[in-house]
Amino acid sequence: MSILDSKIPEGPLADKWTKHKNDVNLVNPANKRNIDVIVVGTGLAGGSAAATLAELGYNVKTFCYQDSPRRAHSIAAQGGINAAKNYQGDGDSNYRLFYDTVKGGDYRSREGNVYRLAEVSANIIDQCVAQGVPFAREYGGMLDNRSFGGVLVSRTFYAKGQTGQQLLLGAYSAMNRQINRGKITPFNRHEMLDLVIVDGKARGIIARDLVSGKIERHSAHAVVIASGGYGNVFFLSTNAMGSNATAAWKIHKRGAYFANPCYTQIHPTCIPVSGDHQSKLTLMSESLRNDGRIWVPKKKEDAIAIREGKKKAKDLSEDERDYYLERRYPSFGNLVPRDVASRAAKERCDAGFGVNKTGQAVFLDFASAIERYGKEQAAMHGNHNPSKEEITKLGKQVIENKYGNLFQMYEKIVDENPYESPMMIYPAVHYTMGGIWVDYNLQSTIPGCYVTGEANFSDHGANRLGASALMQGLADGYFVLPYTIGDYLSKDIKTGPIPTDTKEFDEAENKVLQQLETLINNNGKHSVDYFHKKLGHIMWNKCGMARNATDLASAMTEIRALREEFWKDVKVPGELNEMNAELEKAMRVADFLELGELFAKDALHRNESCGGHFREEYQTEEGEALRDDENFMYVAAWEYTGDPAQEILHKEELKYENIEVKSRSYK
Amino acid sequence: MKLTLKIWRQKNANTKGELKTYPIDGIEGDMSFLEMLDVLNEELINKGDEPVVFDHDCREGICGSCSLQINGEPHGPDRLVTTCQLHMRMFNDGDTIVIEPFRAKAFPVIKDLVVDRTSFERIQQAGGYISVNTSGNTIDANAIPVNKQDADDSFNAATCIGCGACVAACKNASAMLFTSAKVSQFALLPQGKVEATERVLNMVAQMDKEGFGNCTNTGACEIECPKGISLENIARMNREYLNASIKG
Repeated sequence: MSILDSKIPEGPLADKWTKHKNDVNLVNPANKRNIDVIVVGTGLAGGSAAATLAELGYNVKTFCYQDSPRRAHSIAAQGGINAAKNYQGDGDSNYRLFYDTVKGGDYRSREGNVYRLAEVSANIIDQCVAQGVPFAREYGGMLDNRSFGGVLVSRTFYAKGQTGQQLLLGAYSAMNRQINRGKITPFNRHEMLDLVIVDGKARGIIARDLVSGKIERHSAHAVVIASGGYGNVFFLSTNAMGSNATAAWKIHKRGAYFANPCYTQIHPTCIPVSGDHQSKLTLMSESLRNDGRIWVPKKKEDAIAIREGKKKAKDLSEDERDYYLERRYPSFGNLVPRDVASRAAKERCDAGFGVNKTGQAVFLDFASAIERYGKEQAAMHGNHNPSKEEITKLGKQVIENKYGNLFQMYEKIVDENPYESPMMIYPAVHYTMGGIWVDYNLQSTIPGCYVTGEANFSDHGANRLGASALMQGLADGYFVLPYTIGDYLSKDIKTGPIPTDTKEFDEAENKVLQQLETLINNNGKHSVDYFHKKLGHIMWNKCGMARNATDLASAMTEIRALREEFWKDVKVPGELNEMNAELEKAMRVADFLELGELFAKDALHRNESCGGHFREEYQTEEGEALRDDENFMYVAAWEYTGDPAQEILHKEELKYENIEVKSRSYK
Repeated sequence: MKLTLKIWRQKNANTKGELKTYPIDGIEGDMSFLEMLDVLNEELINKGDEPVVFDHDCREGICGSCSLQINGEPHGPDRLVTTCQLHMRMFNDGDTIVIEPFRAKAFPVIKDLVVDRTSFERIQQAGGYISVNTSGNTIDANAIPVNKQDADDSFNAATCIGCGACVAACKNASAMLFTSAKVSQFALLPQGKVEATERVLNMVAQMDKEGFGNCTNTGACEIECPKGISLENIARMNREYLNASIKG
């Protein structure tokens, strides 16, 4: 076991990033023209990095499996993006954003990285507005803010329930400008299947053209992986169907350490599973918790009556309802962080108070918000004695303005009108805090291979706060990577183009081809989805919201057995040299079947509860997560050795010099 | 429920396609349309046949990947939804459903139900942006107040997901709604006005070059648009174009 060097610059916390920017080497504009960079993934992290690197003058090639960069799954982020602008004058500052994020992450993230994130956050908003991102505004023309979980200020900027879409289209437009100038060459409908390392440095990738099925070689002086998280290892998640861990897993197998794979975010407010046919889960934005109150019936009989359809939510009076988050966490109430809210929902449902047919759901109720807003609106319009109907009508309009698209989406999926009866929600896999280990420069343990956004592990510790993923993706891509990668590339100004007709490219291409051919010729009995669903069941039941040593150990064995069965018995129809969706899926699931085992191994080794990682053996009497700072205040970075079960643990000790480490309380 | 599916099958861009019939059973109302196709594909794979290929990704109506002409309508019979959010409760037991790719000269078929929409990419590349560097060294975000109505209208135009339903709905296969949504988003904001002239001229020129048809104001695009992008955007783009042509 080694101690990893995070390369955090010396000096006071608030000066580290400025000092570092002044210290790094630069590449002169003429030399940038001779340097190529590959960016894999075109979501917020990849799209913003590609646009900025191209503006600086590098030659950029982007890769995405979708038919357009605009379809990356950042587009589905709903609620908002945090920034320490303090426009509301409610006491926000860089330090507070830093503090909230470190505390929210349950003291398992890196101080230096998180402070930098907070520091550049305000710039992101300026940048996006300049780009024409239409954020929500108030009547005076100024930007509006809302509040998110785990914080006591309003620092979240938003565009209705489509903030991710608007930010991604902003990054996409910046990319388009560079594509038009010829500085970015987009390779859409392409999937990266391996990393090519030459003389110890990342120098290119092997990709498959998903239309023709052809294998291609692409070289560059550096490779940026911005391919998102691995939530689909659970089969059912809020990720897109195509979201996958292949790029990240392939670089892991080539030497990049994988950090904290067990840190997964189970988001509290999603539409519950309705049946076996289900292919994905849909998120209902955390922003709804600004106005929605979460509750279950106080009495079990009422819960049973509701499950059987004999009673409805509105039949229960206020004192028959248990607003359990407000009861347990009076100071944060419905806006506790996601991990806390999810566990509390599971606790109530496990205890028999769940409300939909399956008993796996809780109510998210907007009735009091509708009433509150209705009265406010009536008064604003000079009606000081409004009727109940008038109040409801006006209140609904306010709610529609704020969350209209989410309410419509809910109604289409569930076939129930959430303006009339409360939403039913349940936690679902949403985001992965773990990912490829990177240093302060966002460089992995492979020189020249950088990792940004959800694909890396760096900023959120064991739990991510709401509206911080968009912030991190854009911070990495617009403002961090363009500086740090320059330092590395400054040594490559005389290298010249990297040839692709070398033995390293031969080896990587052959390996990829071999794997593809094995799958196509396997001719087994079961489809790829059959295996993916089985893996998902193991992950959800044994590595989900609550974990224990026995289950985790058996998960490792089961996943290993499933992997062997997959390679023996998977059936992939069609051919290699054509569009073949099943083959694409098979390659991704093959990687999930390895990653899942490392996930369980990591969860098993971490004998503590922290953030999204909850081990039943380690909890307080009140059921809160119990950390073990003495033994586990480190990043667990795993080195691949040919077998996920045998990976070697490397530690990066976490030091907190600017924040007092204490047990996390939202009470 | 039991259904009869008639699905367009086409091996690749160079071969001729045809409608093939597939009976399917055990479909529930809570399934989405794409989950129904998942069930069919699982059956086809188990039988040793090739599954039907279709574009899809987020399955929550926002990425714009999914398409499909269902019984002659882009994204099917429901309003304001994409195919992935269309639920089978919209259909009845015993129905026959015809499923085709979006049809337009500028959207050639790649395979089965998958079409090539890179023509949309090129329209965006021709001017769908504000030319500002991503250095972050700009003015404070609140330095220029934006009238709330303009900000909201700009946002509404910006919610276009680029799926292509407007083109598939139009008898002329026109891309006016798509193009005008982006032109409008920027035309309504102060920071977008600086290069408004060039933007509208370049984007319209590219749209014509791609082989999309002209607009004859039938309004079919607005009705079929899963995001409710308004025809007003086309009117606004026409005004912008006229102004730009006089200036230009």
